[in-house]
Amino acid sequence: MQSLSPWVLFFASIFTGNILLTYFLGMCSFLSVSKQIKTALGLGLAVTFVLTITAAINHVVYFQILEPLKIEYLRYIVFIITIAATVQFIEMFIERYSETLYLNLGIFLPLITVNCAILGVSLFMVIRRYTFVQSVFFGAGSGLGWLLAILAMAGIRERLNEKKIPPALHGPGIALIITGIMAMAFIGFSGMVQIQ
Amino acid sequence: MLANIFITVLVITGINGLLALILVIAEHFLASYGECQVLINNEKSVQVNGGSTLLSTLNSQKIFLPSACGGRGTCGYCKCKVTDGGGPLLPTELPLLNESEISQQIRLSCQLKVKRDIKIEIPEELFNIKEYEAEVALLKPLTHDIKLLRLKLVQPDKIKFKPGQYVQLQSEPYHGIKERVSRAYSIASASTQTDSIDLIIRLVPEGICTTWVHRYLKEGDRAKFTGPMGDFCLHEGEGEIIMIAGSSGMAPMVSLLHHIDYQKIQRKIHYFFGAVTRKDLFYLDEMEQFQKKIPQFKFVPALSNPEPQDKWQGETGLITISLENYLKTIDTKEVQAYLCGSPGMIQACIKIFKNYGVTQDRIYFDPFA
Repeated sequence: MQSLSPWVLFFASIFTGNILLTYFLGMCSFLSVSKQIKTALGLGLAVTFVLTITAAINHVVYFQILEPLKIEYLRYIVFIITIAATVQFIEMFIERYSETLYLNLGIFLPLITVNCAILGVSLFMVIRRYTFVQSVFFGAGSGLGWLLAILAMAGIRERLNEKKIPPALHGPGIALIITGIMAMAFIGFSGMVQIQ
Repeated sequence: MLANIFITVLVITGINGLLALILVIAEHFLASYGECQVLINNEKSVQVNGGSTLLSTLNSQKIFLPSACGGRGTCGYCKCKVTDGGGPLLPTELPLLNESEISQQIRLSCQLKVKRDIKIEIPEELFNIKEYEAEVALLKPLTHDIKLLRLKLVQPDKIKFKPGQYVQLQSEPYHGIKERVSRAYSIASASTQTDSIDLIIRLVPEGICTTWVHRYLKEGDRAKFTGPMGDFCLHEGEGEIIMIAGSSGMAPMVSLLHHIDYQKIQRKIHYFFGAVTRKDLFYLDEMEQFQKKIPQFKFVPALSNPEPQDKWQGETGLITISLENYLKTIDTKEVQAYLCGSPGMIQACIKIFKNYGVTQDRIYFDPFA
């Protein structure tokens, strides 16, 4: 993987290897916060932001501390802790210095501390042995991919409000079906580039 | 192997410790908003350390807003009115607030953080619920099984309540009973009288608290109660007020009548009081007084089973019969019904009210009665 250009990785993680539609990570907040485009955008941006930063931090922690000490098996617990602490710190920082940013983005941060997409990206980056730069691009790309997916979903769900849906499919039912169809549509991108 | 364990522990501790340190420092510099003033209902003001949510700030001041979800913004019970200093509405509040609440400046106190001086309004009853220590000033029998208990407040020495509300009296351990129990009793005194309250307590066979009051409590003793609570109170309206009570259900009605007298409310009032025999009737003098002071008020005691020596001239039979006979003669379109008594009596009366067109939303009763 060392040879892969960060930009290729960036676009690949948005389209062909979409963290949500290909790996189905981060589903809980995807399903619950995709009712309005505005909130979906806020959450998506927050995910992108946190993904990029935690990918960078976890890269350093893993390759500089855990691997040299041969305690890679601690990665799950260490990644979760760093993600939680980072999110907490960012939240405090934004809340203090930018009210508008906090209103649009900050309040979603506690929600995504436990988002599996965030942990997933850190774990993928380790398994695939990305370099630091690749990891950051991969994190940002995955975040944007997630943002793209939730925005599309919110757009569709906003329009669904006016449509007749069979009563049994209201809520999560129809949302999961739409997610499935969207995932199939994203397979169309997979001819461009494959990352594994 | 041992070295491995050692390194593992060290690394985890090191990383955790470092992150914790960063967060503590960040908290100190970033999340501290200094002293803020919370002004509650324009009368009470408290100094607090800013930075935490309004809900937990109030909790630390022993003011408890209801919250079922533990501050995660999902139940919506902790709503309160923030008139100043609340900052912009947060997206996490929006799903739980409707438009009229937003226009009334209602906020979700578990989401909103105290960052500056803030003015809030919370329902008086929440703000007001306290534990009171009182002294028994008077304990006198009203009938063979009902006693009037007057509690003079010691600490705090004033109480503010809405007529119709109740308090929870706490019994002390006594002969053979080791536990303390709390039982609810409606306040029977006027809400304008703030330094003492009257309770009307009927001896319930085997009742832990009522036995304590009737057999063990003496004048001069100390007693504790919490309150005031409950939303049984006089509602706005123009129509006639029909009160129905039996036994110690008299208590909230007395308080309501004091209120009606004090406020010079001009609505017609009919009060049916049910008892079995003459010796179960009490407060007849007080009712006489009220009839003099409130010309449009009528007190109608009804005995279901008067004894011959009672020489009873008034209404006879179950209270439901008296009620039905009366409802036949009036227009019930705006009638409001206030009930307090045994559940059986309340259910029977509600049925009759409904038959005569008094809808559920105009029937008020105390659920514990």
